[in-house]
Amino acid sequence: MSNIPANLQYVASHEWIRNEGDGTVTVGITEFAQDQLGDVVFVELPEVGATVSAGDSVAVVESVKAASDIYAPVSGEIVAINEALVDAPEGVNADPFGAAWFFKIKLSNAAELDGLLSADAYAAECE
Amino acid sequence: MGNRTPLYDAHLAADAKIVDFGGWDMPIHYGSQIKEHNLVREDAGMFDVSHMTVVDVTGPQARDYLRYLIANDVDKLTVDGKALYSGMLNEQGGVIDDLIVYRMDPGYRVVVNCATREKDLAWMGKVAEKFDMTLTEQPQLAMIAVQGPNAIAKTMTVLNPAQQAVAKGLAVFQGLPCGEWFIGRTGYTGEDGFEIMLPAGEAVAVWDALRAAGIEPAGLGARDTLRLEAGMNLYGNDMDETISPWEAGMGWTIALNPAERDFIGRKALEAQKAAGVARKFVGLVLETRGVMRGHQAVSLDGVNADGEITSGTFSPTLQLSIAMARVPANVGDTVYVDMRGKYVAARVVKMPFVRNGQKVYQ
Repeated sequence: MSNIPANLQYVASHEWIRNEGDGTVTVGITEFAQDQLGDVVFVELPEVGATVSAGDSVAVVESVKAASDIYAPVSGEIVAINEALVDAPEGVNADPFGAAWFFKIKLSNAAELDGLLSADAYAAECE
Repeated sequence: MGNRTPLYDAHLAADAKIVDFGGWDMPIHYGSQIKEHNLVREDAGMFDVSHMTVVDVTGPQARDYLRYLIANDVDKLTVDGKALYSGMLNEQGGVIDDLIVYRMDPGYRVVVNCATREKDLAWMGKVAEKFDMTLTEQPQLAMIAVQGPNAIAKTMTVLNPAQQAVAKGLAVFQGLPCGEWFIGRTGYTGEDGFEIMLPAGEAVAVWDALRAAGIEPAGLGARDTLRLEAGMNLYGNDMDETISPWEAGMGWTIALNPAERDFIGRKALEAQKAAGVARKFVGLVLETRGVMRGHQAVSLDGVNADGEITSGTFSPTLQLSIAMARVPANVGDTVYVDMRGKYVAARVVKMPFVRNGQKVYQ
């Protein structure tokens, strides 16, 4: 089984969520997701300032193999995007839980965090 | 569990990711498809292609049989060792499979695709009933394709003197036997190199020796992006039994001369040509971001879908997306590809996209 850090939360569509404790979360895609995608060649990010709802398709990852939507796991406002991924999309394969985060969302409803998956629950989803 | 080649355990030992390919458990990549692709363009890489089907054609009417069976003409093979690419067609002119024929002494060696093995063998056997010749499948052969600018030099270091002598004498697109081996200077990447057929029992030792000579394995993923850059068709994607070779970029493989040679599909191809071929097979280059994919709709005017991408990918060599598409014959310099619900302009180019490591389209 691939690496699933216990300090993060997850959704079944293979995004991870890190609660920054200041009303914002950082979002990326999991090790499992990058492994399924193969070599990533393009990343399309949302606009800073955009208002998103949980479940919205807000970004796109294109690998050699396929294009995949990236979903907002929670509702709120996009307050930062990782522009480094645009020029170096291969970072998604190299460090999906670290340097290759996708975007940060300022939560509009912190209670949504309670509905996310734990590492164990996400591991079960990947089986 | 699917069929496994003699190199299956060697793939696992090299950390291959295994996928099903036409009923075979094959390596899709060994970590990074792009790295393996670049290795073949810049140095040398090797592919296990033991799943391919090898059939020898021998007997007094082997030549007559092949001249009737396939659209290209084996009489172009003026000396032993020469090879030919052709479609094997049905009566309607649809492509049953594409194949390579090498002239041997005696007879010919034919290599067809693995996913189409059963129907190919059934068709070839049925046509063979009218001829005095023999078809002999060679399932005991493994096949390793070593490809790239350094492939030949590196491979030479693992060959014995007799094999070296045969290998050295091969021009591009020729292949000759050497004992139980068969060495072809052919491939599916647009690079120079060898395709080596050898007894299954020797495959692991040769694979290991090639690795020791500095040739790393490459998977079917890289094989697909390499062949697409090289403008080479993939059966089942770019053409099938419903598609004429005229509409699959295979017109150059149809030998209508001499006129007296009858071959299966000839009448249909002549009728299509006389009526005017409605669709054209073209290369596409996307000069903006995104990746074209098989089955995306293509439009000449950006409104009506009237064509289709047959194969599309990201080209690691060119760092942009390339594709093959079948479109109306009156296509101009630009088409529009339906990418996730939006028509995006793509440039029409003449294939191949890449040869011997370099961009070649205009």
